[in-house]
Amino acid sequence: MFPDWIVDVLFWVAVLFLIGVYVSWRATRLDRLHVRVETARAALDAALVRRAAVSLELAASHLLDPATSLVLATAAHEARTADADNREFAESDLSRALRAVVDQPDFAATLEAKGDGQDVLEELGAAAAKVAYARRFYNDAVSAARIARRKLLIRVLPLAGRAPLPGFFEIDDDPPRL
Amino acid sequence: MRVGIVCPYTWNVPGGVQQHIRDLAEALIGFGHQVSVITPADDDERLPPYAVSAGRAVPVPYNGSVARLAFGFLSAGRVRRWINEGRFDVLHVHEPAAPSLGILACWAADGPIVGTFHASYEKSRVVSVTAPILQSALEKITGRIAVSEAARTTLVEHLGGDAVLIPNGVATERYAMAEPLDGWPGRGDGDQSRAGGGTLGFLGRMDEPRKGLQVLLRAFETLGRERPGLRLLIAGPGDADDAIAKVSPELRDRVMVLGMVSEEDKIRAYHSVDVFVAPNVGGESFGIVLAEAMSAGAPILASDIEAFDRVLLGGRAGALFPVGEHAALATAAGELLDDPARRKHLSAEARAAVRAYDWSAVARDVLRVYETVALGGSGVVESGVGA
Repeated sequence: MFPDWIVDVLFWVAVLFLIGVYVSWRATRLDRLHVRVETARAALDAALVRRAAVSLELAASHLLDPATSLVLATAAHEARTADADNREFAESDLSRALRAVVDQPDFAATLEAKGDGQDVLEELGAAAAKVAYARRFYNDAVSAARIARRKLLIRVLPLAGRAPLPGFFEIDDDPPRL
Repeated sequence: MRVGIVCPYTWNVPGGVQQHIRDLAEALIGFGHQVSVITPADDDERLPPYAVSAGRAVPVPYNGSVARLAFGFLSAGRVRRWINEGRFDVLHVHEPAAPSLGILACWAADGPIVGTFHASYEKSRVVSVTAPILQSALEKITGRIAVSEAARTTLVEHLGGDAVLIPNGVATERYAMAEPLDGWPGRGDGDQSRAGGGTLGFLGRMDEPRKGLQVLLRAFETLGRERPGLRLLIAGPGDADDAIAKVSPELRDRVMVLGMVSEEDKIRAYHSVDVFVAPNVGGESFGIVLAEAMSAGAPILASDIEAFDRVLLGGRAGALFPVGEHAALATAAGELLDDPARRKHLSAEARAAVRAYDWSAVARDVLRVYETVALGGSGVVESGVGA
């Protein structure tokens, strides 16, 4: 009943529509991965800032001897003020400083015996654990995004827009054993 | 915090995942958080007040065995409505790679999603046909947890990505109180000395050399002769006759092998011994058996491998002996049997130390994960169609 060319046109319109749906779905997925990387990065930055803040708080609390306070305060300050190139080294150094401080014999018991030492330890433990969690989640998101960016469709069509290829964040984040 | 937890398997069928979710949900509620669990359940099934049903699970062939899974339009609709009405801060999906409620929840939600991976297997279950479906659901998970190193390895090798390790907790309260087994006097918690008598206990695979039963049996050769009333209680899978055969004939009637025991009898066994011996020679990452014995308040004598040294706080919460040395084990066990005050002290210390491995500690770590991913506070929202 329809001329042949209308059937042909309808067919190709349908094909184009389906391709469009598929490409849009892939673009949505990629966009969601980029959002996940950004959210995870914000969470990681927040966790690192928090850990440095708790370390400074502990250093300034008069719960520690002055030498320990100095070690901790220096490492926390370095981590806070490091530029992008040195950030990973400075944060690793803070992890090591925290472990060295906490590994002193009877550290936890000594602090718990003093007034609000228990609360500070609790906060320190939470802050250090969250750095490790946040970094794992960030790197996980980065690797998913990088794999997606390598796919042929994403490279041929500019689906990634101008979003930069995210980089991993590699530090020593072993938490102190509290 | 408002937490929505997705359970993939039927609630009232016994299983590790269900038990994990129950313990976690109850610990979180204990902290004052609002928890809702959605799970497959039969309509007449009794659910705890915090759980809602997503409909019946249907037995289907999946991966070579019959699994009871919940899927289909009805379940998908219920999950979607539950997410919509729950207004959760965090969605926590268990075993998200199973074709059940977990994957439905991942499709239906946007926002902070935590996924916990329980299973470990050698061979990949992901085939090329299912990979894109699975990938697009799994890549929405913002924080992944593995309950064991094996589960984490499985995830890394078969699905890609990484996870943080938060092991299962020990429900310490479940072990705290029990009657000793029939015919066993129970712990000499009182003041009577066990000189000449008493009971040593062992629990673990009898035919697994790393569990160290052979070390304990050699120590019993000397101890049993020095102390004519001393008995040895052994529980765990393995060939009982093989184990008995390693003991000199004149000592055999004082060695009792229970073999595989029920959960209830296991707890009673912990309460039947004066000294619980963990002679493991290595390969333990944590030692769940040790944690259970500590929860029961059994005085512990363990080899000084790194994992035990850590759990027992360097000897404060249990006596340690040099790994593999049966003579040292015999001496240390003898000293403990002669010293009821020390046993009582170790028992109290063990109960205190094991709290670090209690579910409340695990729930605290899981909460830290929630707080890490929920930063920003937009919460979980229903996903657009086709996402």
